[in-house]
Amino acid sequence: MYRTTDILTSSTSGDMVINVGPQHPATHGVLHLVITLNGETIKKIEPHLGYIHRSIEKMCESLTYRQFIYVTSRMDYLSAHINNHACALCVEKGLQIEVPPRAQVVRVILDELTRIASHELWWGAMAMDLGAFTPFFHAFREREMINEIMEETCGARLTMNYIVPGGVMMDIHPNFQKKIKEFIVLYKQKINEYHELVTGNVIFENRMKNIGTLTAEQVISYGCSGPVARGSGVKSDIRKLYPYEIYDKLDFEEALETGGDSYARYLIRMREMEQSIKIIEQLVDNIPDGDFQAKTKAVLKLPKGEFYTSVETARGELGVYIVSEGGTTPYRIKFRSPGFSNLSILNDMVKGGKIGDLIAAMGTLDLVIPDIDR
Amino acid sequence: MFLKDYIKEVAGALKSLASGMKMTGYYFTHHKEIITEEYPDNRNSLVLAERFKGEVVMTHDENNEHACTGCTACELACPNATIKIITKFDVDEATGKKKKALDTFIYHLELCTLCNLCVDACPTGAIKMAPTFEHSVFDRNQLTKKLNNPGSKIRAGVE
Repeated sequence: MYRTTDILTSSTSGDMVINVGPQHPATHGVLHLVITLNGETIKKIEPHLGYIHRSIEKMCESLTYRQFIYVTSRMDYLSAHINNHACALCVEKGLQIEVPPRAQVVRVILDELTRIASHELWWGAMAMDLGAFTPFFHAFREREMINEIMEETCGARLTMNYIVPGGVMMDIHPNFQKKIKEFIVLYKQKINEYHELVTGNVIFENRMKNIGTLTAEQVISYGCSGPVARGSGVKSDIRKLYPYEIYDKLDFEEALETGGDSYARYLIRMREMEQSIKIIEQLVDNIPDGDFQAKTKAVLKLPKGEFYTSVETARGELGVYIVSEGGTTPYRIKFRSPGFSNLSILNDMVKGGKIGDLIAAMGTLDLVIPDIDR
Repeated sequence: MFLKDYIKEVAGALKSLASGMKMTGYYFTHHKEIITEEYPDNRNSLVLAERFKGEVVMTHDENNEHACTGCTACELACPNATIKIITKFDVDEATGKKKKALDTFIYHLELCTLCNLCVDACPTGAIKMAPTFEHSVFDRNQLTKKLNNPGSKIRAGVE
């Protein structure tokens, strides 16, 4: 039915190669896909990377441990705050800084807000890819509220750079808790609208179900993480497996589906948003008093050695690996980005499917190209 | 049985479409809150967050005095070499000693990524982020700014 194996194994006669993207080298997020087609069936798909490579890892080698954090906002710009968090955690691990509880709670609240904002954008863009225009506006209306909270407390809407090694840069804005409570009340109504508008829709379901099916074995062998892995039933939430900050004290569930298709990944993200709301609800009234930043030395010097931390971004596991020679700048930095591993599974995902289903399958990978290329 | 399932499926499909259209119809008829901001028409009533990171400015009080000692902490903290500080030596009138002081605070807005690290590093709170965002100019040289006002001097008591 879906996998037309006879076309895949046939000779190369009658094959057509088409290029999808990039539209323009100056657009953001340029991904080049070379698709080999036989009729409408995809025989092979090859992603070409490097259009937006900015050598962030190399840049970080010439920046100090305070300075390099801001660059990582430009990797996965939709979860910029979580990227900063990962880097700060790695530096704190090296220096063995105890982060004050207030800073930890504020970091986690903003992490979860970032996750909601990222999934919101994905939800709107995903529906727009499938031809529905209205959900995009619904999603951006709520995302705007999160952006306003970010703007008020962090001073920026997208590339916050709010986290410094040892805590957060500024104390929270007086309106912080009030605005988040307003958001939670509103959001719980709106998420039902999302389900009514898109989730149960027959056109949407028919386009998403049994598209881009991944087995747990495939997901593990490609190193996928985040909603892509959890859609196939692989437990991969770093917040549960290797808890950082205060996640081990929080009550939330890891969303798991066993379908492995695009629809399962869609449901995972919708449920993750609800879980994030649950986490924020637990924390927003319980922000402890005290310092928002631990006392650190003016010049940070990591001891000689290797340090690795990983966090759960909106897309999966982000790992930060620092090799230090004992100086003020890192000797080598490597980022294990979730997008790169998730993209590499694309060929297995859509091979044998129709080209019309490519977007429905690829959209659920939630690719952010600057995260893949760095 | 086949026909029954078929009719059930079609009915379910139509119901799902109707519930989606109901939502769309509700927002079509209840357009009470307008979210769109009509920039630049609303420029006079535009309120930006007080912490919004638009550009680095140096605060001067009414006596045209600033708090910058010329210690270059911000210059060292900046990841993009956005700030260049030129210092001079002032002669203290009372003691006759030479003292380092700020001559020119050069700020390259065109290089700045607005990361707030310079403001965080400043020991005397001399610089801050201003919530301005209309930075378009015709020539990029105009984006290189001198932050300390002409004739300004350091506030007494700031070390």
